[in-house]
Amino acid sequence: MHQTFEAGLGINLLHANQAGADHNRAHFDEWGITCLNIMSSPGAGKTVLLEKTIAALNDELKIAVIEGDMTTELDAERLRQYGVPVIAINTGRSCHLDSKMVAGGIHQLEGQYEPKEFDLVLVENVGNLVCPAEFEVGEHFKVALLSVTEGEDKPLKYPIMFQEADCLLITKIDLAPYLDIDIDRIAGNVRQMNPHVAIAPVSAKTGEGLDIWFDWVRQVVNRQQRSLALASVSK
Amino acid sequence: MHETDMTKALILTVKDWWESQPERPQISCIRLTVGEFTCVEPVSLQFAFEVQSRNTFLQGVRLAIDEIPLIAFCDRCQEEYRPEIGLRYACPQCESPMENIRSGRELKIEKIEYAVGV
Ligand SMILES: Nc1nc2c(ncn2[C@@H]2O[C@H](COP(=O)(O)OP(=O)(O)OP(=O)(O)O)[C@@H](O)[C@H]2O)c(=O)[nH]1
Ligand SMILES: [Mg+2]
Ligand SMILES: [Zn+2]
Repeated sequence: MHQTFEAGLGINLLHANQAGADHNRAHFDEWGITCLNIMSSPGAGKTVLLEKTIAALNDELKIAVIEGDMTTELDAERLRQYGVPVIAINTGRSCHLDSKMVAGGIHQLEGQYEPKEFDLVLVENVGNLVCPAEFEVGEHFKVALLSVTEGEDKPLKYPIMFQEADCLLITKIDLAPYLDIDIDRIAGNVRQMNPHVAIAPVSAKTGEGLDIWFDWVRQVVNRQQRSLALASVSK
Repeated sequence: MHETDMTKALILTVKDWWESQPERPQISCIRLTVGEFTCVEPVSLQFAFEVQSRNTFLQGVRLAIDEIPLIAFCDRCQEEYRPEIGLRYACPQCESPMENIRSGRELKIEKIEYAVGV
């Protein structure tokens, strides 16, 4: 005879990833680093944006990059030319970075550099509009890119990433005149599900709007460093 | 696909539980709740589970997935509503943005059903 039983678990499927992300964040906090998780579909302009960002902010902030490229080191090579540490994580066939992969990157940063010297770690996630949104890596802020060539409806169709973003960059706006696209509509579609997101339309090609993005980065790094300083005083 | 990773996490969690049970019971069913407003596609999850559980202690175990609808609460109207995923998320009555999600973000192993021989 068999008797049937039930065991209540109530465990989140992402529990292990979440715990790993919290651990990574604790490291960043200990070192006074602000971490941004940069996400978009393939080719929306993440690497070009990082190039421009590093070139503009390198003098005032000490930056490192964690680069999640699926198979190649191409993106990492491009960024190394700017003289910042670039830790390339081979994600294999995985369609997103997870907290364990990024922990490996943090470990390398710790082994090869003095992590306390850094202000900002930029994580370029794998180009994918769906999966990265569910896997925190230990970031303080999420940045989503959507290029004008992708269409106004993408935030409605792939909402999670846009719903969770702290900052949305509408990229490649230099191409807008050639397309039938309404940038305000893109912004409106995202605000429907995320009313407090900071939005900047930018072109890495012409430089339009990039100052707004740089200011946002400065501001979150500042805010993060101040709140860490306060936390250490109150200890 | 990320369902592969989710399934890995699922199997590891259930394995931990199973190994903590001295009698190593025969599991018959694993119950999940999956919110509609997540990146997880139940069909893909079923498929990944079938593949990954093959020739393991979970072979043939039923994966029962309860889907939870996306429900938001509009502060202004003081009312719940169901956003139309893919089309619109704002409150249908007053156009306020979706801020307060009541359900639909779940990704949970709810319970395990098992049999013990007597
Ligand atoms: N016209 C125009 N093209 C751009 C702009 N930003 C990026 N691109 C082009 O878009 C293409 C993809 O840019 P990347 O920066 O490699 O995009 P990515 O998001 O890093 O791509 P993956 O890492 O492969 O997902 C390149 O050919 C860029 O030159 C822009 O502001 N304007
Ligand atoms: Mg890139
Ligand atoms: Zn309303």
